[in-house]
Order: sequence, then C-alpha cells, then structure tokens
Amino acid sequence: MTVARIWRERGRRYRLEAARCKGCGKVFFPGRLVCDKCGSREFEEIRLSDKGKILTYTVIRVPPPAHTYETPYAVAIVELEGGGRITAMVADCDPEKLEIGQNVRVVFRKISQDGEKGIKFYGYKVVPA
Amino acid sequence: MSGIVGWGSSVPKYRIKVEEIARQWGEDPESFKKGLMLREKSVPGPDQDTITISVEAARYALQRASYVDPGEIGAIYIGSESHPYAVKPSGVTVAEAIGMQPDFHTADLEFACKAGSQGMFLAWSLVDSGRMKYAFGIGADTSQGAPANALEYSASAGGAAFLFGREKVVAEVIETHSYATDTPDFWRREHEFYPQHGGRFTGEPAYFHHLLSCARIVMEKAGMKPSDFAYAVFHMPNGKFPMRAGKILGFKKEQIEPGWVVPILGNTYSGASPMGLAATLDIAKPGERILMVSFGSGAGSDGFVFETTSELPALQDKAPKLRAQLADDPIYLTYGQYAAFRGKIRV
Ligand SMILES: [Zn+2]
Repeated sequence: MTVARIWRERGRRYRLEAARCKGCGKVFFPGRLVCDKCGSREFEEIRLSDKGKILTYTVIRVPPPAHTYETPYAVAIVELEGGGRITAMVADCDPEKLEIGQNVRVVFRKISQDGEKGIKFYGYKVVPA
Repeated sequence: MSGIVGWGSSVPKYRIKVEEIARQWGEDPESFKKGLMLREKSVPGPDQDTITISVEAARYALQRASYVDPGEIGAIYIGSESHPYAVKPSGVTVAEAIGMQPDFHTADLEFACKAGSQGMFLAWSLVDSGRMKYAFGIGADTSQGAPANALEYSASAGGAAFLFGREKVVAEVIETHSYATDTPDFWRREHEFYPQHGGRFTGEPAYFHHLLSCARIVMEKAGMKPSDFAYAVFHMPNGKFPMRAGKILGFKKEQIEPGWVVPILGNTYSGASPMGLAATLDIAKPGERILMVSFGSGAGSDGFVFETTSELPALQDKAPKLRAQLADDPIYLTYGQYAAFRGKIRV
C-alpha cells in the first residue's frame, strides 16, 4: 500500500464514502464510473451505515508480518444496513466464536504500518455488535 | 449559555488484572489492590492508539448531538502524551474520520495527564467567545509504564470527547481556572519508550498541591463550596489519590464515586478526568453541579464547574455509556499477551 494510495482512498477508508446509482439505486463501494446493473453514469455520494451482518468469513492463521499479534483473526464480508458490502478484519473477538448472520458494527482502527519508520495506515474494521 | 452539547467515551475491550502483573514480578497484588485501590486496567488492542480511541469517543459524542453537521465544527484539540506520531498531527486524522474536513483549526496538545482538559478549555473558549459554533476537546492516551515499575499496574488506555456549543447545552461551563508551576515530578525524554518519575516527590508537591489549589480557587471564583456539588471528578492516577483529595477538600465519597472509574479502568492519563466526567454525565440529572479538576505532571491542574441542564437526559442513552462499555464482556490477557500487544517484547 503506497502513501499516495492511502491518501487518495481516505474518504472511503475513514468515512465509508460510497456511490449510489441515480438510475437504479444500486450502491457501490468503492464507487465506479458506470453502473453494472443499469448502465447509468450518474451517481450520488453517500456514507454507508456503521451497522451490518456477517455474510461470510474466513479465519487467517498465517498472517502477513504486520498482523502477527492479532493471529488468528477473521476477515469477513459484511452486508451493511441500507446497502453496500465491505470486506474487513474482525477485531476484539475470538474468531472461533463468530457466526454467519451475526451483527457487527464498523470501527476505526489502525490497519497496518509501513515498517517502524513509515506511515501508519488507518481504516475500518468490524467488531461484534 | 455555553458548554458541553455532546460527549462520548471509548475504552478498549482488553484488560489485565493486577494479580497477573504482580505474579509476573513476584509482587504482592494486595498491596496494589488495597494500597492504590486498583483491580484491573484496560489495554489497547494492537490496532488501537490515541487516534482510534479519539475517533470512537468523538463519534459517540456526535451520535448524542446527532443534529450537528460535522462541517460546522470549527476546531478539534486532542490532548495526549501518546500521540501516535512524534511529528504529524493526530487531529487531522480524527477530523477526517468524523467528516470535519477541510475548514477547521487543530494542533495536538501535550501536558502529561492534563492535556485533555486543556483541549476542553480551548474548545469551550472558542465557542464561548462566539468565534465558532462548535469545537471538540478530547483527552485520550495509550500510556506505558516500564515493566515491573509501579506505573505498570495503572497505565491504561481510553479517552473521552466533548463537543462544545452555545445551543442545546447539556452541561453549562459556569467557571474555569488553571494552576501551573514548573515542578519536575514526571517526564519522558524524546526517543525514550517509558517515562521517569520522581518517586515520592510525585504526591504532595505535585498532584495534591496543584489539584487542591486549583479546586479551591475555581470553587471560590464560582462562589461555591463542596456541598453545592452533586459530583466531583479528580484526576485518577490510582484509586487512592482522588479519594484522598476529595476528603481533604470536604467532599463525600458519594460525590466522587460516579466518576471514579479508575479501579476497573486504570489511569488513562489525558483521558482520566475527562472519562470521569463522561461517566458522570452518563448518569447525572438536570440542574446538578459537577466539579472537575485534572492534574498533569510537570505540573498543573485545570478546574471546571459545570451545571447540567434539562437537555441532558434525552442524550444519555443515545451512545454507549462508559460503565456499560467497561462491563461489556472484557477480554482478559495474560502477561505474555499484554507484553506482545504493547511492544514490550518482540515475538
Ligand atoms: Zn444503476
């Protein structure tokens, strides 16, 4: 993850900024140029809800070095209230106790950092609600 | 009228018990439990720091003051001695996460454990003067005590955020005072991981002198005495100091207990007295007075006299209360897990 990309994506990573198609209402996260459902090119900017349900998840046991102290941890696909799906790490829980359909809420956390001297990278995770 | 229009607190899910730390170093846990009135402390997760705790506390404050457009908040001041960067402001990340950007004032504050209350004073002053409609003052920390040091039993993590405004005020600021001298009771040099403290020197000439002086002066300025207050919140480096300070000033245990969260939270440094105030606002009734006095080593105290309004009760249940967060299924760590989480050991 480059510093430029972290900076460019901060709207969606910090505030869950998404796009809703003005043609058919489909929600895209991240936003896109053309709606794959109705072909419209017009979107309005919205913010996704911070409440949702786990659609599915997997448990990571062999992590990248940045997440050594959090292992094992789960990564889930979450359907948010009012539309929109995110893929996020699940924090503050025993991953063995998670269930599909479980309620979660979106929180703001440190995601990783560029070594000991580099930038710290923040964004969303989910926790059991 | 000006004062607090929204408040929120945030505490990590992880805890370590005093027994677990004492066992590691062959110490007697009872001396910490009875002597310092500490039972357990919060520990930040590996993905939590002063920025993430500030964001959660500020989001809860905005959840309570849900009518506020974040774009109308003109300033945000975060007080902490554990800002994640030595150079790069915490305030901009927190402001972007709550949608304040780009028209706002910020700079990070540091004054040991009183930087949060100083941020609250700045935010309130800017609003009270009419300079801006809303301003945030936040105190948050993820402080570290050196292994086996007495501070290791108390140094914990958490924070509280206060949004100040002039309309729909839930707790009016009646009076303030600040009292400071150059007193070297506790410090941390740049590039050092753990702080140093002046041992027994930290009690009388530092904590008690500044906190008691500030409390007496702010009450005198307001023309009030201890019996005029429903609650008192004093900086809580441990359980014993705020209780003793309250007794010396003439407060009863019942006035201090609602905000006295330290036995099950630990010392959250810049977050400590702000979190005590948040816990008090969580349960206060309209028309009650709250005295809050912080203490930061170095050394100084900020004092506030608040009076709650009829707007308060409607906001109390709109975001998680601090004591509910503390009771919500904490995850207890072993000393090894704690040491790895806090970067005390590299695995
Ligand atoms: Zn469409």
